[in-house]
Amino acid sequence: MKRFFARNAPAYVFLLPWLIGFFLLALGPILASLYLSFTRYDMVSAPRWIGWGNYEYMFTRDRRFWKALEVTFTYVALAVPARLIMALGVAMLLDKGLRTIGLYRAIFYLPSLLGASIAIAILWRQLFAADGVVNQVLAMVGIQGASWITDPDTSLYTLVVLAMWQFGSPMLIFLAGLRGIPRDLYEAAEIDGTPGWRQFTRITLPLLAPVIFFNLVLQTIDSFKTFSSAFIISNGTGAPADSLLFYTVYLFNEAFKFFRMGYASALAWFLLVIIAAFTAIAFFTSKYWVHYENERD
Amino acid sequence: MKTSATDLELAIQMDEAARVAHELRLKRDKRERNARILKHIFLILVSCVMLYPLFWLLASSFKPENEIFGSLTLWPSEFRLDNYTKGWYALPISFTVFYVNSAIVTGLSVIGNLVSCSFAAYAFARLNFTGRSFFFALMMMTLMIPYHVVLIPQYVQFLNLGWVDTYLPLVVPRFLASDAFFIFLMVQFFRQLPRELDEAAMIDGCSPFKIYWAIILPLSLPAMGTAAIFSLIWVWEDFLAPLIYLNDIKSYTVPLALRLFLDQEGQSAYGQMFAMSVLSLVPVVIFFVLFQKLIVRGIATSGMK
Repeated sequence: MKRFFARNAPAYVFLLPWLIGFFLLALGPILASLYLSFTRYDMVSAPRWIGWGNYEYMFTRDRRFWKALEVTFTYVALAVPARLIMALGVAMLLDKGLRTIGLYRAIFYLPSLLGASIAIAILWRQLFAADGVVNQVLAMVGIQGASWITDPDTSLYTLVVLAMWQFGSPMLIFLAGLRGIPRDLYEAAEIDGTPGWRQFTRITLPLLAPVIFFNLVLQTIDSFKTFSSAFIISNGTGAPADSLLFYTVYLFNEAFKFFRMGYASALAWFLLVIIAAFTAIAFFTSKYWVHYENERD
Repeated sequence: MKTSATDLELAIQMDEAARVAHELRLKRDKRERNARILKHIFLILVSCVMLYPLFWLLASSFKPENEIFGSLTLWPSEFRLDNYTKGWYALPISFTVFYVNSAIVTGLSVIGNLVSCSFAAYAFARLNFTGRSFFFALMMMTLMIPYHVVLIPQYVQFLNLGWVDTYLPLVVPRFLASDAFFIFLMVQFFRQLPRELDEAAMIDGCSPFKIYWAIILPLSLPAMGTAAIFSLIWVWEDFLAPLIYLNDIKSYTVPLALRLFLDQEGQSAYGQMFAMSVLSLVPVVIFFVLFQKLIVRGIATSGMK
């Protein structure tokens, strides 16, 4: 017992801050929010147990909940592929045949670093305003642009474009992955006269699959969590006509504007389930399309 | 004679072959050069499109109000600084206060992240202890948890502690290694350091803390630097947590202050709003330019955002 203690004590001393944090800031709150999700709680009086009431209301009667799901899923379905395709395309351009790519890499990455900031969200509102930059460019080629931000049919696309603009970080990960593909594979293919697109589908894609998988999981989780830009661009409400009612924005308003903490906890738990499900699906299906280097021979 | 004739033919043929090969090579070189030029043109175009919004923001911050909209040019007819001088004092409280607030929160948070995350990472990467893989798995799982799920109970917790409207809810979690990303990043790095170092130090009678302080940390400056820069930028831009915990305008951080401009819309202070937006991005851009290498390597090895 004494030896057990002596062996483990130093490690647990180092681990202590994280352990405290884990119990007080992660595990505890997760369990607490599970409990709260079965209650009605307005922060004034104590939580009152209502069983499945919140979930029942959520799934059967709350139209805005379904709207929020629709908005968020549409966004994820558009933004993730758009960003990844852009990232992979540019990474492939940078990977081969150029001597210096440092400057391009920096320019393409910068938006990823700035994109989450309030300043950029403010800028985006103006770019896509009725008299904004985008419409002026369109006017030059004779197109009458929409009022992108205030039109419910187009507002979500402005955020998809914002997501595309931030393709830099998956691009860097793709670049690192491309660098890991042996060059002689392409040279051999070149000698055999394999056309470029076939080299892409037969060499690049399969060998890059683990990196694509990694980026896909990361970006999907990240996109589900989008908050600041949607909050700023929609004036904090999900307007116009709830077309920017991202799940997180809806949750935030239920909790901190209307103080329906119990209901918001139920929303939060369902978000956790969605993200966990997506991650699980990705991992379970990955064995059919992701092959790691060491498995092959 | 006959042989020499064939020799000669052979020589001519070889010469011919060499010429063809040379021509082919020239052609290939030319093709590759053309492809390279085309690529550069394309990439430069993409770069311009990517950067244009940023430069438009910068240019607009120097333009008089009536020139901002309806103009695509990146060169103001006259450079004016009043957007900056007026914008700085446009809100009920001057931006000096907001910047000091942001600096306090960011500085403390970065220190907290570095200390607590490197502690945890050292334990996970270099020490053997019962339950290591279990806790490591738990730590990796917390990476997936959306902040929104813990938000409400955390808020209730901090409210009961009387911490709302102070910086404690923003700073204390960072001293408890709540940004597990950085633990992961550091674990990746610590693991690559040769084990013999610890063993040799242990034989010399070094305590685990001495090994952490005198061996692991000095050898991990790139990883620590990457973590410091990322946490600095993320905390600087953080919006959700300050939005929830800070109610008093005197304690606002810069992103919250920027949002106040939006609430005042209609008073048409776009130029000032843009000027303050530009200023809020300046620290991020400066750090990016200075530490670009660390940032790029950090992403490539850990896959952070």
